[in-house]
Amino acid sequence: MSEAAVAHHTSTGLDSRKMAFWTFIGSECLLFGSLISTYLVYQGRSVSGPTTDILNIPLTSISTFVLLMSSLAMVLALAAVTRGDALWSRVWLATTALLGSGFLGFQAYEFTHFVHEGLTLQTSLFGSTFFVLTGFHGGHVFVGVLWLLTLLVRSFQRKLGPDKSLQVELAGLYWHFVDVVWIVIFTVVYLLRQ
Amino acid sequence: MATAALTVDAPGFGSRVWSWITTTDHKRIGILYGVTAFVFFLLGGLEALVIRAQLAQSSADLVSADFYNQLFTMHGTTMVFLAIMPLSAAFFNYIVPLQIGARDVAFPRLNAFSYWVFLLGGLLMNASFFFGAAPNGGWFGYANLTSTQYSPGLNIDFWVLGLQILGVASIAAGINFLVTIINLRAPGMRMMRLPVFTWMTLVTQFIVVTAFPVITVALVFLMFDRTFGTTFYSVAAGGDVLLWQHLFWLFGHPEVYILILPAMGMVSEVIPTFSRKPLFGYAVIVYSGLLIAILGWGVWAHHMFAVGMGPVADAVFSSTTMLIAIPTGVKIFNWLATMWGGKLSLKTPMLFSLGFIAMFVVGGLSGVMHSSAAADLQQTDSYFVVAHIHYVLYGGAIQGIFSGIYYWWPKMTGWMLNERLGKTHFWLSFIGLNLAFFPMHFIGLLGMPRRIYTYDAVLGVDAMNFMSTVGAFIIGLSTIVFVVNVWYSRRERIEAGMDPWGAATLEWSIPSPPPNYNFTAIPEVVSRLPQWSDTEMKAIPTEPEGEIHMPGGSYWPAVSAVGILVLAVGALLESLAFALGGAVVLVVGIYAWAFEPFEM
Repeated sequence: MSEAAVAHHTSTGLDSRKMAFWTFIGSECLLFGSLISTYLVYQGRSVSGPTTDILNIPLTSISTFVLLMSSLAMVLALAAVTRGDALWSRVWLATTALLGSGFLGFQAYEFTHFVHEGLTLQTSLFGSTFFVLTGFHGGHVFVGVLWLLTLLVRSFQRKLGPDKSLQVELAGLYWHFVDVVWIVIFTVVYLLRQ
Repeated sequence: MATAALTVDAPGFGSRVWSWITTTDHKRIGILYGVTAFVFFLLGGLEALVIRAQLAQSSADLVSADFYNQLFTMHGTTMVFLAIMPLSAAFFNYIVPLQIGARDVAFPRLNAFSYWVFLLGGLLMNASFFFGAAPNGGWFGYANLTSTQYSPGLNIDFWVLGLQILGVASIAAGINFLVTIINLRAPGMRMMRLPVFTWMTLVTQFIVVTAFPVITVALVFLMFDRTFGTTFYSVAAGGDVLLWQHLFWLFGHPEVYILILPAMGMVSEVIPTFSRKPLFGYAVIVYSGLLIAILGWGVWAHHMFAVGMGPVADAVFSSTTMLIAIPTGVKIFNWLATMWGGKLSLKTPMLFSLGFIAMFVVGGLSGVMHSSAAADLQQTDSYFVVAHIHYVLYGGAIQGIFSGIYYWWPKMTGWMLNERLGKTHFWLSFIGLNLAFFPMHFIGLLGMPRRIYTYDAVLGVDAMNFMSTVGAFIIGLSTIVFVVNVWYSRRERIEAGMDPWGAATLEWSIPSPPPNYNFTAIPEVVSRLPQWSDTEMKAIPTEPEGEIHMPGGSYWPAVSAVGILVLAVGALLESLAFALGGAVVLVVGIYAWAFEPFEM
């Protein structure tokens, strides 16, 4: 995107890209809202297959912690880009992407483990709703990691100066949103399991 | 078409086509939306005529039962998603930036992307006809009729993928227009000075970005059920088929307002202009539009009274449905009060607006009848409901849109449409629609169910069905008159000038059609009706002071849209190679789009 747009006058004073991104996040709330509602509606209605007992809360607490720490790294990355600190921008962008990938690794392990335990997409309502809900979230994390890696490459190309901090801010908005969604999913699916 | 004046760098046919593919000008994208949607409108109309021909007499066998299912499914889906929504989008695109005093939308390339995704989604859905596998589960595709057990063919897959693609287009456009209207207003264009059409666009886009994710999730569940064997709508696994109905109507009822609010906005522009009076109760019209959007989220289950939700749910949804009639009714009185004591000029746009009010009241009243759960049990799934939706969507939305077409045509092309042909169009369409849809009330109450390909003479509805068919063909004829009008008026070419109707809003203060930069200088707005105001707006210069830099074209939005199409074809054929290929094209398209130099 061009920097000319940054200087573009807007009615509210808020950059149009930021407003668009907030609107997009609002739209995403309804997407995850529908997925989570479906999970709740179908809770405890499975007629076969493993139940929520197979959820490993200690393990997922660790992966949740990893994801939350990535949000901290994201904040530090934005601060570094804004003050024009190329080295620490790269360190924190890489850390965020790495922690995000770590979360995905936990999820991949969890999914494989569940399939071995006999819980697949097709097994039961629990299987269908669990995998689709957490899979959708994982997909969002994956897109976020790609975005962060793109920013990292831009930084190495010396194209991510303080004038481009909005790009990092937008990625940060997305990243934090995906984190917040996970907090809801972790609470609903893991902590309040029936 | 008439936009040749806009294509400055397009001498040959090839480069002309290329300039349309790469355009990011909101006006040209508006024309693309309008032409495409009108073609889909004709296609959906053709499907309706075949349906009516089949129903003209009892025990007819013009089409098979299976093809009839495909016809009514595609008629409904086409008219809702490929005709009415994009016809409104044509006006969002063309008119809204002009009304708020902007040079373009906030994200011109995202706007182009929306159009291409919409076009390809519509083509994909209709391509199903060539495989004899058009969607056949009804436009609301109830589970578990749509499961692989009961619908093993590709029909439902075409429908699911087509709707998901169209959802992407709608959400992208929704975000774009929300930001445009809130953020790109000219100095002095406060929110409560926005023209009502722009206000209704804003409200509509709010509904779009909130309602479409819900149907996306419903469709994802259905797709996973069909492709990967999940159990979302499987009763055997303990699932509930009503999950689909709840998710679908949670989207579906707000969708009704997505269809009607733009038309209400158009009528709110036309009626003051042809009554020579400012709109009565501007603020009330705006707030009732907002109220409709909010209440529209709390009425969905009135589509489901017959499924047995229990007395509490039935009572709640009955009450909210009755409640939403209030802001709707308020608008009707506002329009009537605007006309009261005005100097009425019954030009074609005004006739369609008057037709809109009258017919929308008829459709609205039968809608309020449905709000009573007890009465609804008699009416549900009968032709009474078909009568209701057609009064609301043809008598309402389509007449409102035609009002907008006749009103803004001079602005968009620079020449006038013929009044005599316009009035012929209106009266034929008005008589046709009443002849086609009014008998359906009685046909329904006498017990004829909807979506049945034929009926028995014993039912005693032969004569009324025949009347209805005659009415449908008169509507078809009226649409031909419109096409003739366009062709004839284009040859006659009566210059429109800047403001042929003496209208009040900002789009009438610039030449018709507007230059690609719209305004030579961004206007400073001092009142709600700048063209009628006593406090003169600073005149907009006829020539720009310096060179005005407008965004150049880009083909990456179209490339990204093609990526989505290929991805969907991969899903349809269950071919991993296709799907991966599509994903690669999409990713390359998005990256090239993000990093190409693009000034705005």
